[in-house]
Amino acid sequence: MKLDNIYKEEKKSAFAKLSEIIITMASRPSGLIGLSILVFHIILAFISPYIAPHDFKAIDPTLMLQAPSAEYWFGTDDLGRDVFTRTILGGRTALTITFFGSLIALLWGGLLGIFCGLVGGKIDDVVMRIVDAFLSIPWILAMLLIVSLLGTSTEVLIPALGFFYGKGIVRVARAATHDVIAKDFIVSARARGHSNFSIIWNEIIPNVRDAILVEGAMRWSWMLLGFSSLSFLGFGVSPPTPDWGLMISNARGLMSFAYWAVIAPIVGLSSLIIGINLTADAFAKALGIDRSTKAPV
Amino acid sequence: MTDIIQKVKNLSIGFRSKKGEEILILKNISTNIKKGETVGIVGESGSGKSTLALAMMGYVKHGLYTIGGECQFNSSNLLRMKSKDLEKIRGRKIAMIPQNAGQALTPNLKIGYQIDEALQLHSDLDEKEREKKISELLNKVRLPSPETIALRYPHELSGGQQQRVAVAMALAGTPDLLLLDEPTTGLDVTTQAHVLELLNFIAKDTGTSMVYVSHDLGAIAQVSDRIIVMYSGEIVLEGPSRDILKRPIHPYTHGLLKSIPKLSLAGLPESMPGSQPQPGTIQSGCSFFDRCNFSDENCKNNSPKLEFLKNLNTSVRCFNYEKLVNESQASQTFNKIKNKSQDKEILNLSEVSISYAKQKLLDQIFNRISDDNPTVKDININIKKGETIALVGESGSGKSTILKSIAGLLRTKDGLIRFDENRNLSSDLKERDPNDLRIIQLIFQNPDESLNPNHTVEEIIAQPLKLYFGLKGEELKKNIIDLLQKVRLGEFYTSRYPRQLSGGEKQRVAVARAFAAKPDIILCDEVTSALDVSVQAAVLNLLQQLKEDFGTTYIFVSHDLAVVRAISDRVAVLYQGRLCEVGPSNDVYKFPSHPYTEVLLGAVLEPDPDIKPKLVAEDIVEERPPEKGCSFQGRCSRIVGDICKKEIPPWQLTDSGNAIRCHIPIKELQKEQF
Repeated sequence: MKLDNIYKEEKKSAFAKLSEIIITMASRPSGLIGLSILVFHIILAFISPYIAPHDFKAIDPTLMLQAPSAEYWFGTDDLGRDVFTRTILGGRTALTITFFGSLIALLWGGLLGIFCGLVGGKIDDVVMRIVDAFLSIPWILAMLLIVSLLGTSTEVLIPALGFFYGKGIVRVARAATHDVIAKDFIVSARARGHSNFSIIWNEIIPNVRDAILVEGAMRWSWMLLGFSSLSFLGFGVSPPTPDWGLMISNARGLMSFAYWAVIAPIVGLSSLIIGINLTADAFAKALGIDRSTKAPV
Repeated sequence: MTDIIQKVKNLSIGFRSKKGEEILILKNISTNIKKGETVGIVGESGSGKSTLALAMMGYVKHGLYTIGGECQFNSSNLLRMKSKDLEKIRGRKIAMIPQNAGQALTPNLKIGYQIDEALQLHSDLDEKEREKKISELLNKVRLPSPETIALRYPHELSGGQQQRVAVAMALAGTPDLLLLDEPTTGLDVTTQAHVLELLNFIAKDTGTSMVYVSHDLGAIAQVSDRIIVMYSGEIVLEGPSRDILKRPIHPYTHGLLKSIPKLSLAGLPESMPGSQPQPGTIQSGCSFFDRCNFSDENCKNNSPKLEFLKNLNTSVRCFNYEKLVNESQASQTFNKIKNKSQDKEILNLSEVSISYAKQKLLDQIFNRISDDNPTVKDININIKKGETIALVGESGSGKSTILKSIAGLLRTKDGLIRFDENRNLSSDLKERDPNDLRIIQLIFQNPDESLNPNHTVEEIIAQPLKLYFGLKGEELKKNIIDLLQKVRLGEFYTSRYPRQLSGGEKQRVAVARAFAAKPDIILCDEVTSALDVSVQAAVLNLLQQLKEDFGTTYIFVSHDLAVVRAISDRVAVLYQGRLCEVGPSNDVYKFPSHPYTEVLLGAVLEPDPDIKPKLVAEDIVEERPPEKGCSFQGRCSRIVGDICKKEIPPWQLTDSGNAIRCHIPIKELQKEQF
């Protein structure tokens, strides 16, 4: 059998598959840039407490609004805190909260979407109308309500963000399931008598996983922006925890004469968002999903 | 030479693989199309036949590019032409008729408008003349009452009518060359025969040259003067169609013709081993080498050239064609199948009706379906253990619907489905217990859709084994390998994904999955229609072998009457969800007695230019079964009178055990055969 040679593609381990995908992603310039930025931010988040040159909450009135210097690379803010220290630490909270937030969004949005797509009928109608109703509420207002009622602790922020960003995933997962559900292998599994759970787990998830993961990656960057907006409005993490949204909010009034205090967190935030976006795009392309034809919900 | 209209010279088309290798789809093709002739291009999927036809109108599919050679039309190379110049040729000089006219017509524009658009583009007629021309064209393609058809939208027409409209549009520019890409493939048997007859008429009437691309040798045989046989991007045989079909001197064509089931002969045809090589995998030697029965060392190392034989007027690409020159095609051997059915009844359908009607609120409360004219009605069939019964009919005849109900995917409205004389299977999936589900397994039409693309072959076959028998670990693995060997696939297939298998291999995996449940009954829904001809015979042979080994009962649904003839013991002919005729296949095929069976059998295309289809009835499509009387009244050419419209015909039995539902007395039915 000569055909054997080209078909010699053994079942790969999850690790081998992942590394292959990452290599494909990195083979595109935009993917490589995105990945590098993202990896840089993640590494920074892990090591920043150990490399930070100053104490992030040390207030020193004598050092108010110092311009960048050899000692204070990015200068100091209006309370005399080191901007460099606060910038490299500022991504930690945002990354952690939004990462777990999007994980929750993926889980509930994905599973609910798949379930609705599979069972269809009245249940699907009712659930989707509820999701639509939530989509029509401006999320930031609803977030503000939740935060002012329950406080701004991580335990509140993660599930709340996860909930609001999962709504869109429900629709994507449902649509992806609809594509799969008409195929004969689902009919075949039904005729064999598999349970709904088994059909979702064995037949549907492997086929919609990629689409949902890509959607989740996109949601992550949007959530990051959303989270920073909350902080900017004063409803995110509370001071003195270093956070980009908070830093921008504090320093924006002084922008005209102390631009350094606001530029550093802006660069940090936007580079991370760009990094995640580029990575998600490259991820989608590596998986063979063309996002350009689908409008985000 | 002025009578050559299209000249293909040393044409090679290919693409570049990820590794940068040049992979050829067409290899050095040279051929001429003469004025007024119809050339058939035959080949299996992936042989490059569509790529060649598209190149003839200067189009190369996205991702492919021309590597060398040219397509000359009126002594200019189409493949080098600017798109502005090509626009003047396409539609006006060379027109294309697509495979699926339903998708090729714009859904929101009236038929007349679309034809007018073609006329405005390709002719200089003024409004009055165009108006006349539209009805002229619609008349030419034999659409009834052109004035009303022109005002309809595509979805209001049947598949056959849509295809006719596509032909009319192509003729609007009075082209010199018509390219037809599988124009009848999606159509019903009777419709297909009518469309082919129309194409034949148009070829004669207008003198247009035609290039007819198809995988179906039966259709090609009816229309073409000359046949080009393609295999893995090469022309392997080219010559007058009669010679090629009667005396194929290339081993591939020889084997292909042998593997086609025939209406006139019962039993399974011989199958050809292996499958067509993927592009880019051929090393040295003949591309057909590993499937060939006539090959030797020379074929392995050297690739044969296309050789023109003057005495036969044929070109052939084979070293050993002489061995085949003397062998005639009549030596076709069929493995007669033995009727293994026992007297024991295994499945009984009595008075079964199935409806797709939506339940209204009141019906939901009482859990009933109310529909006076259900899609499927009054089905009474006894199926014996070990037999193969085929359900035959055109699309919309309810054959798949009946299968779905037996499998429990669809609720029956009335009637009983009994298994083994006492177990009631009338309920749907939710109410059946796992064992009821195990005894009935399904094999689907398209293995691309019925196998989960993200599962390996092992995982696919493991599903029923885990579900029904709770197998695990070593034992599971052993069973999987065992099943794979039964369907003639080796152990090394376990770790492959469906996309790495050929069509035939995929269908074998689907068969293995069905047999994994150790079922008593297997429902086969058009299992061979998505496969290539050479592969089809192999799958049919496999199914027959497995049936003999396991004593399984098959319920076989197909629109291909020759395939049904080959494999079935008994045939049930359906029209509009009502039974017309049930009987042993030998009798049904030898003495077709019900008028509808006559129509169906008459329309079958055989790969033989001497056997012409007989067109008995009009190819009208009925949307719903008639409320009263015989289901076939709308198309029957032998209506007796008012009785056909008012009363449901009685069952009449012939001496051979053939049951026919017709008002015409049985003696008369048998007398008036064609």
